[in-house]
Amino acid sequence: MSFEKFLPYLAVMAVVTYLIRAVPFALFSKQIKSRFAKSFLYYVPYAVLAVMTVPEIFFSPDMIIAGVAALAVAVLLAYKERGLLTVAMCCSAAVFVTELIAKHI
Amino acid sequence: MKGRFLSGMRDGIPIALGYLSVSFTFGIKAVNDGLFWWEALLISMTNLTSAGQLAGISVIAAGGSLVEIAMTQIIINMRYALMSLSLTQKLDKHFTKGKRWLAGFGITDEIFAVASGRLCDVTVSYMAGLITTPFVGWSLGTALGALAGNVLPPSVQSALSVAIYGMFVAIFVPPMKKHKSIFFVVMLGIALSCCFKWLPLLGRVSSGFAIIICTVIAAAVGAVVFPVDDAESEGAA
Repeated sequence: MSFEKFLPYLAVMAVVTYLIRAVPFALFSKQIKSRFAKSFLYYVPYAVLAVMTVPEIFFSPDMIIAGVAALAVAVLLAYKERGLLTVAMCCSAAVFVTELIAKHI
Repeated sequence: MKGRFLSGMRDGIPIALGYLSVSFTFGIKAVNDGLFWWEALLISMTNLTSAGQLAGISVIAAGGSLVEIAMTQIIINMRYALMSLSLTQKLDKHFTKGKRWLAGFGITDEIFAVASGRLCDVTVSYMAGLITTPFVGWSLGTALGALAGNVLPPSVQSALSVAIYGMFVAIFVPPMKKHKSIFFVVMLGIALSCCFKWLPLLGRVSSGFAIIICTVIAAAVGAVVFPVDDAESEGAA
């Protein structure tokens, strides 16, 4: 992509992301009072990660069946509370093995 | 002073290793979405966030508007505001305002988790070290993925493309076991996200806005049905 088209996107992403983190960090010293706001913010990380993962994980590899395998392996290992790196790598391995098998059937 | 910086860097090593593999797949995706390798690297060096960057390049690839990309970043990265707020309670008294403006750049899920898990107050040097190693890992992985990713055979690229999602699953599944409220929010989010993928009219909404809409609905319904008490929300990571 040409730099002139890319630069505005980069600037907006970087500035917005920076301000979200730095403004509360630098300026805030008291707690949020609204129970709804607190609860909403508490659920956002889980909601956003789940929304981004499913169904996209099915379409990310070459074969949908491999994406299904990846999710199954990831959920199983995450349920057993394995670390981020372990889950991510096993998830990839699941795709590799599934596609290898599927191509040879 | 120097010792604290080094101990921060050391605590950042496992984070950096995790980031290396995930940002490698980000680099591959960015190049496949039509960016140059150095554009992918610039995004990683200025944003330092997985989910936001991933959503960002999908908006860029789709030729979305600047408002859409700003909204996407706000919604996806809003959790950092909560983490920043929470971390201010643990800062050493020498953490002046100027230094907070600098360190604020480096608050990610994992860095927050390690810093807030410290038994003592978080010092400036420690925080600087804790941000440095993951930053290097994240940038290096992005550059490698963007430059060398396409040298890898398609089967390996396909396999690596799910690593980032694997990391997400590893973050949201464990708390689902303990809190039925989080289980509910996650399942609702997934159901909505599937609707936006497959239902005829909703399927036309761009992916950036779909992420925002699904997240806001799921988190808001969760907040109404299961309002959290103070002790719980402080443990959010």
